[in-house]
Amino acid sequence: MFVAAFMVPASAQDTLPPAPYAYKQLDDPAKEKSAQDLMMTLRCLTCQSQSIADSDAPMAGDMRHQVRQRIEAGEDPEAIRAWLIERYGDWVSYEPQVTAMTWPLFAAPIVLLLIAALLLRKRFGRARAAGDKS
Amino acid sequence: MKHWAIWLPLALFGVLFAVFASGLIAPGDRTIVSQMIGKPLPDFDLPQAVPDRPAVARADFADGKPKLLNVFASWCVPCVAEAPYLQQLADAGVPIYGVAIRDRSPDVQAFLARNGNPYARIGADDVSKIQFDLGSSGVPETFVIDGKGIIRYQHIGDIRPEHVPMILQKLKEAQ
Repeated sequence: MFVAAFMVPASAQDTLPPAPYAYKQLDDPAKEKSAQDLMMTLRCLTCQSQSIADSDAPMAGDMRHQVRQRIEAGEDPEAIRAWLIERYGDWVSYEPQVTAMTWPLFAAPIVLLLIAALLLRKRFGRARAAGDKS
Repeated sequence: MKHWAIWLPLALFGVLFAVFASGLIAPGDRTIVSQMIGKPLPDFDLPQAVPDRPAVARADFADGKPKLLNVFASWCVPCVAEAPYLQQLADAGVPIYGVAIRDRSPDVQAFLARNGNPYARIGADDVSKIQFDLGSSGVPETFVIDGKGIIRYQHIGDIRPEHVPMILQKLKEAQ
């Protein structure tokens, strides 16, 4: 109920034109590319399963404006991501970060591969040993 | 095949059913809480939103008295609902500084004429910058800022009658 009250119906959107860089690309194609790459991996705050590059929500437009402005000013994309994570938590980024809580996700595949390699070696080793005997 | 193994698919179905049902009956909380609580208010200096109220800047929060920072907009429906309770807080002597998000001055003036004006200062933010500064993800949201300019509490959504004593308490704790 709390969340329902918080959501603004589509008809009640603002009438202000979008922020300057919400829909306008940067002049420098290289900068626009790095802004675009970053925007694809930042989560929209109002429509929570879209990236800000995909969303038409006014707030996503304002976030694109922030990203493009900061990239234009020469800021590093990862610094912009860190700036947003500092405010909204890991949640705002689609790019998973290695933290005290998430490291098992990154370690698990390596551990599983090692176990698989060990098991295979054991099995093939045994088969070869058996083959040598016959 | 072992005898008990024929029940495995059914058991698996049961587990999945329970997972999906619980997700449907009680969907997880999707509110995004600001990570800025306990941190100083970032620097900002907004232009004036309406002629009869001064603008808001970071410096206005450093005079030693706790205040409320309320982000609102004339196009925001829950903001209409919370207006009387903001007025209650203002009547109790709480300084409320407002920021109108993505709004036009005539619209803000009409909104205040219709719903009352509890604000001591109102700034205008046309690009939602203050929301990114605060870690706020929508309107309305209300922040308790202590006398040193530290963000002490975030209230997400409209303020209802039952929230008023709680917010007064938070302001007292921020003294």
